[in-house]
Amino acid sequence: MKNIAFGQYYPAHSPLHAMDARMKVVLSVLYIVAAFLCKNVLSFAALLLSALLLLCLSRLPLRIVLRSLRPLFFIMLFTAMLNLFFSGGETVLVSFWRITIYVEGLYSALFMLVRILVLIFGTGVFLTYTTTPIALTDAIESLLSPLRILKVPVHEFAMMMSIALRFIPTLMEETAKIMNAQKARGVDFSSGGLIKRAKALVPILIPLIVSSFRRADELAMAMECRCYRGGKGRTRMTVPHLHAGDFAALALMLLFGVGILYLNRLGIGFTL
Amino acid sequence: MREPFIHAKDLRYAYTDENGLKQPVLQGLTLDIAKGEYVAILGHNGSGKSTFAKLLNMILEPDSGELVVAGHDLMSEDLTEEDFYALRREVGMVFQNPDNQLVATIVEEDVAFGPENLGVPTAEIRTRVDAALAAVGMTEYARHEPHRLSGGQKQRVAIAGVLAMEPACMLLDEATAMLDPKGRREVIESVEKLNREKGITVLMITHYMNEAARADRVIVMDDGVILMDGTPREVFANPRILQEAGLDVPQCTALVHALREKGIPLDGEPVNAEECAALLLGLLEDK
Repeated sequence: MKNIAFGQYYPAHSPLHAMDARMKVVLSVLYIVAAFLCKNVLSFAALLLSALLLLCLSRLPLRIVLRSLRPLFFIMLFTAMLNLFFSGGETVLVSFWRITIYVEGLYSALFMLVRILVLIFGTGVFLTYTTTPIALTDAIESLLSPLRILKVPVHEFAMMMSIALRFIPTLMEETAKIMNAQKARGVDFSSGGLIKRAKALVPILIPLIVSSFRRADELAMAMECRCYRGGKGRTRMTVPHLHAGDFAALALMLLFGVGILYLNRLGIGFTL
Repeated sequence: MREPFIHAKDLRYAYTDENGLKQPVLQGLTLDIAKGEYVAILGHNGSGKSTFAKLLNMILEPDSGELVVAGHDLMSEDLTEEDFYALRREVGMVFQNPDNQLVATIVEEDVAFGPENLGVPTAEIRTRVDAALAAVGMTEYARHEPHRLSGGQKQRVAIAGVLAMEPACMLLDEATAMLDPKGRREVIESVEKLNREKGITVLMITHYMNEAARADRVIVMDDGVILMDGTPREVFANPRILQEAGLDVPQCTALVHALREKGIPLDGEPVNAEECAALLLGLLEDK
C-alpha cells in the first residue's frame, strides 16, 4: 500500500521531464490543436511521426504508453467502425450484402484512429507521464492566475488539489485498516451479489468519512498554526523558471503547426 | 527575575458542551515560564493541558485572567490579525497525529510551507528549509513523500516545519503519543537538541513519565490547576500525589519507593534508569 503512485507519473531523466510544467500544459494544448488541423495523408503521417519522435524523446517504455491506450480501445474501435461503414464517398472499395465501404471511409477511419491515438498519447507524454501531479497543480495555478482579477479563487483550488493528492495514500491506508477491522468482525466483502457487496461497503465508508472530517479539522488547525492565510502575501520556495529550451520547444511546436497547415495545402489523396 | 516568556495568572477557560452547558477546563491557572526552559506538562486526560497549549497559540481564547506570551498581551482588546500571525510564528505547535499536520506531498515542500506563508523571500526559504531539515537529521529525506516515512520521521518533519518559521518556543501536544519507542526517542532527542543548541523554549505535553523525567522542569496539572511544579526529582519524590492525579511515576522511581517502603535504605530520587542502577549498585556494594 505504501507504493501507490500518484497519477501515472513515470520518473526518468529526459528533456520532457525537465521541461517547465507550465510550458508542457501549453504545448499539450497546441499539440491537440495540431492534431485537429490535420486533413490529409501527408499531415497525418507527419503527426504520427511526431508522436514517435516524442516517445523517443520522453524515454518512456513503450508498454507504459500502450497500457494507457487500453481503456480507450473500444472507443477507438467504435469510431473507426463508424467512419468505415457510414462514410459516404465516390470510390467503392468493397460492397457486400447491404454494406458498401468506400475508399474515403477507409481513409477517414484511419485518420480518426490516428487522431485519437495522438490525442491520448500527446497529453500522456506531455503531462501525466512526465510531470508530477504537484508540478501540474502548480502549473495550473500559475497559468490560471490571471483569473484572479475576476475573483476566481485560483490559489484555493490549487491548494485543495494538492491537499487531496497528499491525502490519497493516507486515506487508502486507512481504508485498508478499516476493512481489516471489519473483516476481523466477520464482514464478508468478497461474496454475494452486487447489492450485498455494496451493502458491505457501508461499514467502511462511514468510518472513513467520519475520520476524514476529523483529519480535515486537525489539518486546518495545523495550517493555521503555521500562519496559513490563503494566497495573499505568500512566497514560494521553488519558483519555476522558463529556460531557453522551453521556448525552443514552443517554437518547434508552432513550426510543426505551420508545417501541418502547409502539408494540408499540398492536397495529395483524400482530404477530410 | 527576567521578563517571563509565558506569563499566565488566574487563567480561566470553559468550553460549551452540546447541551449548551459551560464546562470549565482551566480554573485559575498561574504559571511563569522563562525563555529557553525545557518544560514537561503532565496530567491525565481532561486535566486541561492541551487546552492550555491552545490558548498560548490563540487557537482558543481565554475567558479571563492574564496571559502574556512573547510580549503579546493576549487579553488585550486591540489585538490585530497581524499580532495573531506574529504570535503563531513565535510559538510553533506540533500535534499528536503526524499524518494530519503535513500539508505537502514532498518533505521539503512541507517544511517550506510555514516560511512561504510568512512571505519569506525565495532564496531565504531555501536556506531555512535546509537548516531545519539538518537540525532534525532529515536532510537525506528532503525529496521523499511524507507517506513513505515512519511516524518518528514524520514528526521530525513536522518539527522542521515549525523550526523553519524560526520560533522562540515550541509546543508539543502529545507529539510522541502515536509513535513507537524508536520514533519517540528520535523526536525527543531532536527537541532536546533544539532546546540546548538554539535556546528554543520547549513545552512538552506528554503522558510518558520517562519523557517528562528528561525535562528541566515538570508541571503536573489536575482539574485545570497546577498540582505540582518543580524539577523532575522534586515532582517524582511524591508518587502519592501523582497517583492521586491519575498519573504514574517513572518505573525506576516507583521501584525505589517500593524498596524503601520494604525497609531498604535508599537515599536520593533517581529519575532515570542510569541513576537508579547506580543507586542500587551502590547499595549492593555496601553490603
